[in-house]
Amino acid sequence: MEALIQQIFAGLATGGIYASVGLALVMIYQSTHHINFAQGEMAMFSTFIAWALLQAGWPYWGAFLATVAVSFAGGLAIQRIILKPVEKAPVLTNVIVFIGLLVIFNSLAGWIFDHTIKPFPSPFPKSSGAQLISPHDLGSIAVMLVVLVLLYAFLRFTSVGLAMRAAAQNPESARLVGIRVSWMLGLGWGLSAAIGAVAGMMVAPIVYLDPNMMGGILLYGFAAALLGGIDNPWGAVIGGFIVGVLENLLGAYVIGTELKLSVALVLIVTILTVRPNGLFGKTVVTRV
Amino acid sequence: MAPLLEVRGLEAFYGTTQALFGIDFELQEGGITALLGANGAGKTTTLRALSQAVRTRGTIRFGGTAIEGRATEDVVRMGVAHVPDGRGTFTALSVEENLRLGAYARRDKAGTAADMERMYQRFPRLKERRAQQAGTLSGGEQQMLAISRALMLKPRLLLLDEPSFGLAPLIVAEIFDILGEINREDGVSMLLVEQNAALALELAGHAYLLETGRIALSGPSEAIRRDEAVRKAYLGY
Ligand SMILES: Nc1ncnc2c1ncn2[C@@H]1O[C@H](COP(=O)(O)OP(=O)(O)OP(=O)(O)O)[C@@H](O)[C@H]1O
Ligand SMILES: [Mg+2]
Repeated sequence: MEALIQQIFAGLATGGIYASVGLALVMIYQSTHHINFAQGEMAMFSTFIAWALLQAGWPYWGAFLATVAVSFAGGLAIQRIILKPVEKAPVLTNVIVFIGLLVIFNSLAGWIFDHTIKPFPSPFPKSSGAQLISPHDLGSIAVMLVVLVLLYAFLRFTSVGLAMRAAAQNPESARLVGIRVSWMLGLGWGLSAAIGAVAGMMVAPIVYLDPNMMGGILLYGFAAALLGGIDNPWGAVIGGFIVGVLENLLGAYVIGTELKLSVALVLIVTILTVRPNGLFGKTVVTRV
Repeated sequence: MAPLLEVRGLEAFYGTTQALFGIDFELQEGGITALLGANGAGKTTTLRALSQAVRTRGTIRFGGTAIEGRATEDVVRMGVAHVPDGRGTFTALSVEENLRLGAYARRDKAGTAADMERMYQRFPRLKERRAQQAGTLSGGEQQMLAISRALMLKPRLLLLDEPSFGLAPLIVAEIFDILGEINREDGVSMLLVEQNAALALELAGHAYLLETGRIALSGPSEAIRRDEAVRKAYLGY
């Protein structure tokens, strides 16, 4: 029984990571209807930035906040400089840009920081063994929840947050009330890069830091987003926790750890065929 | 007095398709001007051209300033509010959020709350439904919301694209009464696109008639209404 509860808690911790990666994907999908395949590599690169700051002697939380800020600025800059020119281009053009970004970040990280696997510190105390949940898992769940609450408050209670939602829903009308829609997309990119950075820093102590660390996690994040409904941020969050727990339980009791990644793939295919709108896919009531 | 809006040789394009072929018109500050015409005449396109939501050639001067080449958002910030074809409701947001968005470009945040109250006074039905998802409103309520959202900008010029479309006559009469009231009390100038010519000519002081992207006729509403030949040939009543 205790082992089961331990597995569930561990699942919730990784679920929080998937939730935030899923959330980052949804933030961009909502306003552009594109899946940013480079999301994982961007998060990985952010984590390397944090690592470099820590190597330079920064205190953990200082490096954490600076990384989030730099990632936000970087995400915004990527949208403004690289994606804005292809905003109106066909989907395939955008896909190629995303793949390009993925390759660039991956090789850039390898080139600057090399490919050796590096340990990444956790800001939380070491596990003492006898607990139901490790301090790092508990801490990373807490961090993810703080991120979610902040994001929710921003979208719900600020006028820029409202403008972002409006621009995602109905860009033409948004322009007609004076919202700079293109900048809202940039803001979406900044926010999702920042959320991805947090996810990267929380997962790195578990999976270790290397340029390929986010590959599998992006897949789980995508499964989470699909499960919750790709256009619903809060669905993606719940989807993330479900996927995390499911992955852990199946890995521990059913299929073993080697096959764990296929859980995500099976889940993605199943959702796409059985329930393409996800569990919480939005049904907006419209009368004409 | 220089007109509030002065349009010269306006052409508009969807890709390579031309929809307006050099139209001229003007609009006096404080007035209501109607833009009439059959389906596909280019009425919606004219409003889109004024909001710079479609590619244009020619000159558009608003309050003496050239608009052409500006972004839609900047034209809005100059005080041009557009109630689009199909109402442009943010369907998944609440009524109140729709109104708040209308004031997004405004600098005086203090006046916004007071103006919201005034909208609710004009349209009590919106007040009752302030927390409701806007997509669940009836067509008439959505039109009221679209007009209120546009007015929240405190515009100098209100562009209205067929506000009577698809609504019951009683609701249309109510909406047109309120439009007249807003024009008189707040001094908001209006460019009113309508297929319902009889209705529009009652409200507007001046009218232009579009025919396949060109101005076919213009004059004071009174004169157009009295001219039976024109009415029969162009307005169908
Ligand atoms: N998005 C578009 N792409 C291509 N052509 C368009 C587009 N929108 C309108 N047109 C064309 O431009 C011309 C003018 O259309 P517009 O919508 O301005 O007419 P309208 O007077 O508003 O008609 P209605 O009364 O039906 O609303 C039409 O020939 C139409 O086919
Ligand atoms: Mg039209």
